[in-house]
Amino acid sequence: MIRFTKVTKDYPRLGAALNDVSFSVAKGEFVFLTGPSGAGKSTILKLIYMEERPTDGEVRVAGLSSVTIRPRDIPKLRRKLGIVFQDFRLLEDRTAEANVAFALEVTGTPRSAIGGKVSRALTQVGLASKATSYPRELSGGEQQRVAIARALVNDPVLLIADEPTGNLDDRATRGVFQLLRDINASGTAVLMATHNLDLIRRSDYRSIELNRGKIVFDSAEAARAAIERFAE
Amino acid sequence: MPAVRDSLFAFRRAPLLSALSITTIAFSLFAVGLFGLVVVNIRQALERVEERVEIRAFVAEKTPVEQIALAANEVAKYAEVQSVDLVTQEQALERARRELGEFKDVFEAEFLPPSLDVHLKSGFRDPATVHQVADRLKALSFVEDVRFGEEWITQLYRLRNIAGVAAVALGLAFAAVAIIIIGATIRMAVLARSREISIMRLVGATDGYIRRPFLIEGFVKGILGGALALGLTWLAIHVVSGYLSFQTVFFDQRLALVGLAAGAMMGLVGSAFSVGRHLPQV
Repeated sequence: MIRFTKVTKDYPRLGAALNDVSFSVAKGEFVFLTGPSGAGKSTILKLIYMEERPTDGEVRVAGLSSVTIRPRDIPKLRRKLGIVFQDFRLLEDRTAEANVAFALEVTGTPRSAIGGKVSRALTQVGLASKATSYPRELSGGEQQRVAIARALVNDPVLLIADEPTGNLDDRATRGVFQLLRDINASGTAVLMATHNLDLIRRSDYRSIELNRGKIVFDSAEAARAAIERFAE
Repeated sequence: MPAVRDSLFAFRRAPLLSALSITTIAFSLFAVGLFGLVVVNIRQALERVEERVEIRAFVAEKTPVEQIALAANEVAKYAEVQSVDLVTQEQALERARRELGEFKDVFEAEFLPPSLDVHLKSGFRDPATVHQVADRLKALSFVEDVRFGEEWITQLYRLRNIAGVAAVALGLAFAAVAIIIIGATIRMAVLARSREISIMRLVGATDGYIRRPFLIEGFVKGILGGALALGLTWLAIHVVSGYLSFQTVFFDQRLALVGLAAGAMMGLVGSAFSVGRHLPQV
């Protein structure tokens, strides 16, 4: 699904954001990406949806390579992904359902198919009753659910979430996290960048920890090493 | 068509900004229109004067009328020639008496030479062609002299060319202003929608899809600005001709359509330029 091979990313003024990073995420996997601010989490996410290109190395996502992809193919990649942010990024002048429908309209989905898909996505995130509410009329947790519904409506193979619970209280955080788990259980891979160690501890999903642009811990690698040690 | 709906939505969302940009475009096109109208009127006046461009070939006395008539038929076949009038000595005298009424008693019979009065077709009245035809007439054996007001024709054409060049130069300058203004308003529209654009990109909208509403917006603004400019020009010319009480002509249907198309093109070019420049920064 995702494969980073010796990826380095330098920003002209800020310097190295990632340094020789390699990892992969399998189909249907749930992976936490963690680490302090500036560790490179958001850079990894941007490289995945190809907002940025690596300075060195290769990023492969859903069969497309950062080395060979043409700019006009990037929208095709993004249609296979769902992306969620800490600040929700909803359009304030549109209702919840219009925000979700927006993702379908701009990708050329026939009008007749939009209504059904939107109401299914809103039902999936538990917001069918608030379809006609504007973002300002919704709580933070509900706004994030609308954003998740928008990310899901195109049936993505991978959901990328950048600090999706960063602006939410504990209760809303638990709700959104449970929703992401449900989405993952239905077969969609989830890559979630977070500061919230509590969430990581409470679940047994794989976590990758970054520090200063390098992977300092990968629970999958650690487990593999432990098994190897045990076998010896 | 979501692109059309989006571009119309832009007008509804920022009506003041849209009205302002259409008005500014209209005023730059209005300036072009006013000058264009001056040129159209000068040209119209010149055309009326041009119709009087005439080459007069004076025929030697005692040339048989039959020979002159034969030559007149030949000359009438020249590609540049519209008509040839054969003026006999009697007719020349009569014309002189008519044109110079108060001196009519001075003219005695038979002292004016007969002539071939040659009128040229429209489009062949420039100095070079007039010269060429005059030279061919001079070459005829019985022609003694050829007159065509050389100085006058040259001046006429110089005036016409100056007006044409000034119109093109001013037109280009104001078109550039209109394009810059449209570009600036589209830039504001792009920035105002930057959040929406970034979301569009994230969910996989193509660049063409994102650009289209802005191009349509520029196109529509150009057309509306052009129509408003046309209205303003019409109003201005009516007020002017009312006050100054002289006959003016307005753009014909073809020129009015050209004006609208020019507005639309400026809108399209301005917005394409602006979107191309500012979209990657959003």
